[in-house]
Amino acid sequence: MKKILTALALGASAVFASGAAGAATLDQVKKDGVLKCGVSTGLPGFSNPNEKGEWTGLDVDLCRAVAAAILDDPTKVRFTPLTAKDRFTALQSGEVDVLSRNSTWTSSRDATQGLNFTAANYYDGQGFLVRKALGVKSAMELNGASVCTQSGTTTELNVADFFRTNNLQYEVVAFQGQEETLKAYESGRCEVFTSDSSQLYALRLKLANKDEHMVLPELISKEPLATAVRQGDDQWFDIVKWVHFAMLNAEEAGVTSKNVQEMLSSPNPDIRRMLGVEGNFGEQLGLTKDWVVRIVGKVGNYGEAFDRNVGAGSPLQIERGKNALWTKGGLQYGPPIR
Amino acid sequence: MAITHEGPAPAEPVRSRSSILNDARFRGLVAQAVVAAIVVFAIGMMVWNAQTNLANQRIASGFGFLNQTAGFGINQTMVEYNETSTYGRALLVAVINTLMVAGVGIVFATILGFLVGVGRLSKNWMVRQVCTAYVEVTRNLPLLFHILFWYLAVLAAMPAARNSYSLFGEIYINNRGIYIPRFVFGEGSGVGLIAFAIAVVGVIVLKKWATARRNATGQQFPVFWTSVGLLIGLPLIALLAVGFPVTIDHPVLKGFNFSGGSRLLPEFAALVIALSIYTGGFIAEIVRAGIKAVNYGQSEAAASLGLKSGLATRLVVIPQALRVMIPPLTSQYLNLTKNSSLAAFVGYPELVQVFAGTTLNQTGQAIEIIAITMGIYLVISLVTSAFMNWYNQRVALIER
Ligand SMILES: N[C@@H](CCC(=O)N[C@@H](CS)C(=O)NCC(=O)O)C(=O)O
Repeated sequence: MKKILTALALGASAVFASGAAGAATLDQVKKDGVLKCGVSTGLPGFSNPNEKGEWTGLDVDLCRAVAAAILDDPTKVRFTPLTAKDRFTALQSGEVDVLSRNSTWTSSRDATQGLNFTAANYYDGQGFLVRKALGVKSAMELNGASVCTQSGTTTELNVADFFRTNNLQYEVVAFQGQEETLKAYESGRCEVFTSDSSQLYALRLKLANKDEHMVLPELISKEPLATAVRQGDDQWFDIVKWVHFAMLNAEEAGVTSKNVQEMLSSPNPDIRRMLGVEGNFGEQLGLTKDWVVRIVGKVGNYGEAFDRNVGAGSPLQIERGKNALWTKGGLQYGPPIR
Repeated sequence: MAITHEGPAPAEPVRSRSSILNDARFRGLVAQAVVAAIVVFAIGMMVWNAQTNLANQRIASGFGFLNQTAGFGINQTMVEYNETSTYGRALLVAVINTLMVAGVGIVFATILGFLVGVGRLSKNWMVRQVCTAYVEVTRNLPLLFHILFWYLAVLAAMPAARNSYSLFGEIYINNRGIYIPRFVFGEGSGVGLIAFAIAVVGVIVLKKWATARRNATGQQFPVFWTSVGLLIGLPLIALLAVGFPVTIDHPVLKGFNFSGGSRLLPEFAALVIALSIYTGGFIAEIVRAGIKAVNYGQSEAAASLGLKSGLATRLVVIPQALRVMIPPLTSQYLNLTKNSSLAAFVGYPELVQVFAGTTLNQTGQAIEIIAITMGIYLVISLVTSAFMNWYNQRVALIER
């Protein structure tokens, strides 16, 4: 229903709007004093409300960092939970300004959905969750299986590719919401639950007997989970992109939420430029000189956000792996601030 | 607007001779043409505006996507479909799936509704109470609740494939659905089809003949049972004559699942059951109201003619009750069809799930897809209404 309403809203705006697309999002956010951020409907570690009803997670922290950079307050964010199906329409229609919702960066989404991906804040791949009792050790043994998944995802397409290329029979049962998908898997409708592997670890925690389930070793796809903004507002695109890069650069330079104030007096020119002691790199982006101080001081660097939400300091216990900094053999690489 | 005159036309045409501008007919036509032009222009502007706006925002538009490869799987396909088929094909599969739940749902809801509606008027206390309870319970719970109950609660209680419930070792029920044996018609089965067609013609002729004879002589003929015999017997004899080229494909357990036979998806079963039970409650009330609306004098008159109560209900009361029932029944059928879109909650691949859901998300073409979806529901509804109106006219009282 919501989907249809959003689509109608988009239709109406496309039909009646007078053409000037891509109004300055930054000005709007400053004027409203709040950032509109699209997240998932609840995915532990990435975007999930805690006991107090506050949104937490790696994807959530990206929005908080953007709000900190612009409004100097990481709590000035209005989160909109979106299912896989609704997310792009919500961004197109202006319901949200930033889509930070475990969305895979693909060429067709970039080219035809009226959006631009800024950067991947988590490199993932698709995996399979099965019951241990099934006695299956590899995805290649899944011939004839029923697979539960969420509709409107890359997951739904990858699963079709995987079974087809390996000449295995399968049946896909696709649901619109994550709750329904998980319930159907739990009730035994499917042998296999499939999604991005980080989400398998997160959702396994939601199952009644989590120790009866296991993740198979195969990763069947590349899933760079990236942040997206509406196409046509280059300044906004730059800001969201560079907030992520700033968090990476801060981690690389060893600037953390604890030591950022002391770091202001560091002699290191990289750090001095980053923290706005030298130059006006933040102002060039449309922000303030101290934008990185705000981000790191109020939200933390990328490593801190990772550990707290999905890494060693969280129930998920995911290793840095591909998401380590490039200096540590991973893929996370922030271009220089200068 | 022009006025049509009954009776003899006036000798002089009323049309003014002074100026065409003062002619009411002409002015009416011009006014209509202007309004039509404005509407067409406005729609044209909107389409054009939408196209440029979408292009500016770099959102794809147009209907070309229907020819692109879909790439996703669908687990119930009545026509040939695989991952390399197009979005257009996926749309066809989805429409057929929608029509299937709606069609089967309407049949079951109607049967259930009639039984319960008549039951509420039964002389038997037990029957009456049970039927009343049914109507109250079903009508007062939200439909989504019915669907999720039948899907999740009942599905969770079903065994896994290896421990399926089995009926006569031929039908298997488990949490993957219901598996039944399937007839496979081999070479030469065509004669069966021809024989069936002949039987249908025979039944029509028989019915005409029996009615004519009853009208002439008053003698009854068991048309119903003879027809059943003809429709089954004739094809059977024909098939036997060519050596019965029909085999049965039995469902057998293979790996995780059964293969062979025909399978009803649990999603389909849950939807049909929920939609039929829910709508059946409303139909029961329509049936009860319809029967109540027939004057009691009609039953008394039938009884005084010597008709037994069953016959009196069938021949006198129901035909009159139908007239009252059909319009509200039509609304229920339309509701059921539209309600089938709740299928997205249980993952049944119908129009909203496959097309307004997955396809919309994969292609991003919200406007086109929502327009097509609305158009299809509109067509299904209009066709249903047209059929019911036709039927309504057929049963309507012919005043003599
Ligand atoms: N990364 C994939 C899949 C993303 C996805 O939606 N995954 C599901 C996994 S169950 C999810 O996060 N659902 C949460 C929700 O619907 O709120 C994509 O971009 O298409």
